[in-house]
Amino acid sequence: MALVASTRSRSTWQRVTRSPPSIVLAFVWIAIMVVIAVTANHLAPYDTAATDLGARLRPPVFMSGGDWNHILGTDQLGRDTFSRLVLSVRASMTIAIISTFIAAAIGIVLGFVAAHSRGRLEQIILMLIDAQAAIPFMIVALAVLAFFGNSLVLFTVLLGFYGWERIARLCRGLALSASEQGYTIAVRDIGASPVRVYAMHILPNVASSLIVAMTLNLPEVILLETSLSFLGLGVQPPLSSLGNMVGAARDYMERAPWLVLAPSAVIMFTALAISIIGDWFRDLTDPAGESAR
Amino acid sequence: MPSFLEVQGLTKHFSVRSGAGLFSPRIPLKAVDDVSFSLKKGETLGVVGESGCGKSTTGRLVLGMMAPTHGSILLDGTAVHTRHDAVWRAQRQRMQMVYQDPVSFLDRRLPVGRQVMEPLTVHSIGSSVAERREKAEALFSVVGLRPDQFASYPHELSGGQRQRVILARALVLDPELLVCDEPVSALDVSVGAQVVNLLKDVQLSRGLTYLFISHDLKIVRQVADRVIVMYLGRIVEEAATQELFQQPVHPYTRALMSAVPSLKPHPQRRLSIQGSPPNPMQVPNGCVFHPRCPRASKLCQTERPELRNIAANRSVACHHPEDTTVSSPRKLETI
Repeated sequence: MALVASTRSRSTWQRVTRSPPSIVLAFVWIAIMVVIAVTANHLAPYDTAATDLGARLRPPVFMSGGDWNHILGTDQLGRDTFSRLVLSVRASMTIAIISTFIAAAIGIVLGFVAAHSRGRLEQIILMLIDAQAAIPFMIVALAVLAFFGNSLVLFTVLLGFYGWERIARLCRGLALSASEQGYTIAVRDIGASPVRVYAMHILPNVASSLIVAMTLNLPEVILLETSLSFLGLGVQPPLSSLGNMVGAARDYMERAPWLVLAPSAVIMFTALAISIIGDWFRDLTDPAGESAR
Repeated sequence: MPSFLEVQGLTKHFSVRSGAGLFSPRIPLKAVDDVSFSLKKGETLGVVGESGCGKSTTGRLVLGMMAPTHGSILLDGTAVHTRHDAVWRAQRQRMQMVYQDPVSFLDRRLPVGRQVMEPLTVHSIGSSVAERREKAEALFSVVGLRPDQFASYPHELSGGQRQRVILARALVLDPELLVCDEPVSALDVSVGAQVVNLLKDVQLSRGLTYLFISHDLKIVRQVADRVIVMYLGRIVEEAATQELFQQPVHPYTRALMSAVPSLKPHPQRRLSIQGSPPNPMQVPNGCVFHPRCPRASKLCQTERPELRNIAANRSVACHHPEDTTVSSPRKLETI
């Protein structure tokens, strides 16, 4: 929490402390996730691949039969759930963030190009957007992974194509309305190049909507990644992600529900926290809103 | 003295749908129709007329913001570029615009100082950021803004201060021609007067040429050397400011002037015009003003009057202009 706020100004700090508890909780959760992702190697007490067949399906410490050796219990091969969870958080968060930025980059560039060019190029881009929106992404992902095999880089780039069409469409609309605004007309009249107009003026002015769109995309990418990994098409063992933990544990749901619940809870809280922060960030980035407050 | 800005036969047609229907045919809307004028260096030309008469379109055409349908614009002997390419961008250094609405024409996410510096960055003037900043700060003092407002955001400034920022941004490139599109109409009277005085001061010290577009006759009278009156995209009267205000000869000009409220105890009889403001999609035959003109005759309905000289530097487009020779020393001078 302090880690998040200390780099910002004091007024930001005051606004954080005065904001509703849900935002504070969301920040605490995301901060924990970030710390876990960064320090995963030092945090994990066991090697994720180390099996202990003498201690299979141990319950977590707070259930009867659990002990402090395995805080969150063990899975069917005796691997430590906490260690695996910590490294899964890192893998899933990294993939989701990189993929969302890829999607945002594709969407922003294509959206702005469509808004600027009008005419045929715009029609082509709009057609691409419609095509992408019409095909269920899961099918595309399955096809690509089936044909090209699976590697972590390919998987991340593939997820980077998830949601670009929504960002592109949003971006085009925002750019179209922004280019009618006085401030863009004024900058164009000065003689600024289109790149400057879009990058320096339109992008900052529409950023708040884009950030909201990105934060809505981020949890969806996390969920997509977990779904694909659950199906065994995403992150491959020995690497673990939140999704393939849930997938591997589904056979033991009755005997060892913690194996499913622990990663599922992490997925849910992370997705929720990012959405809450996205909303909060939208309000924060509006300088005109500050004086009104 | 050769003219600095020479506009010949400027015409701009927009293609619009004639009705609300999906298949209603497109017809040309004559926003600006055969407008010609010239401007000497250091001169101010006022453009007046009611809203929708093509004033602002004329201003944007003169700056080359859009391509005219016909006509030519020469700035200092060279044609004004209308395609938005490198030449066009380079031409921005010579001509700039002062906008009507200071709120929307400033980027609300950038400090105003940065926005004043931006034209210098765009045209790569000045070798370093510090040099550009120095130049922008110098302009802040020219337009009467405090140096500590350099880092302010537009919403932290008042309307008059924002208009000063817009003026500073237009002046930072040292342009020769400034098109002022209703620069004070969004401001209240006292602040507007300050901005007008500022515009005049800057013109004197920098030798600027102004095209001053406004519907406010009082302000045009203060700043303009010559005035053109526009109606439905056409010039109906052109004269030196003093002559025009002392003795308007076109019926429309006379109506415009008598519409200005007066503080005199016994105001003269208002010359009101009938009818609604004109629809530029249905331009009448003959004289464009004849449906609302109190002096209209048969001739006005059929034949369009050309802009003709009636005295030195004075022209009017009317078949029945007010007689200038039998001048009754009239009452309009207090406007």
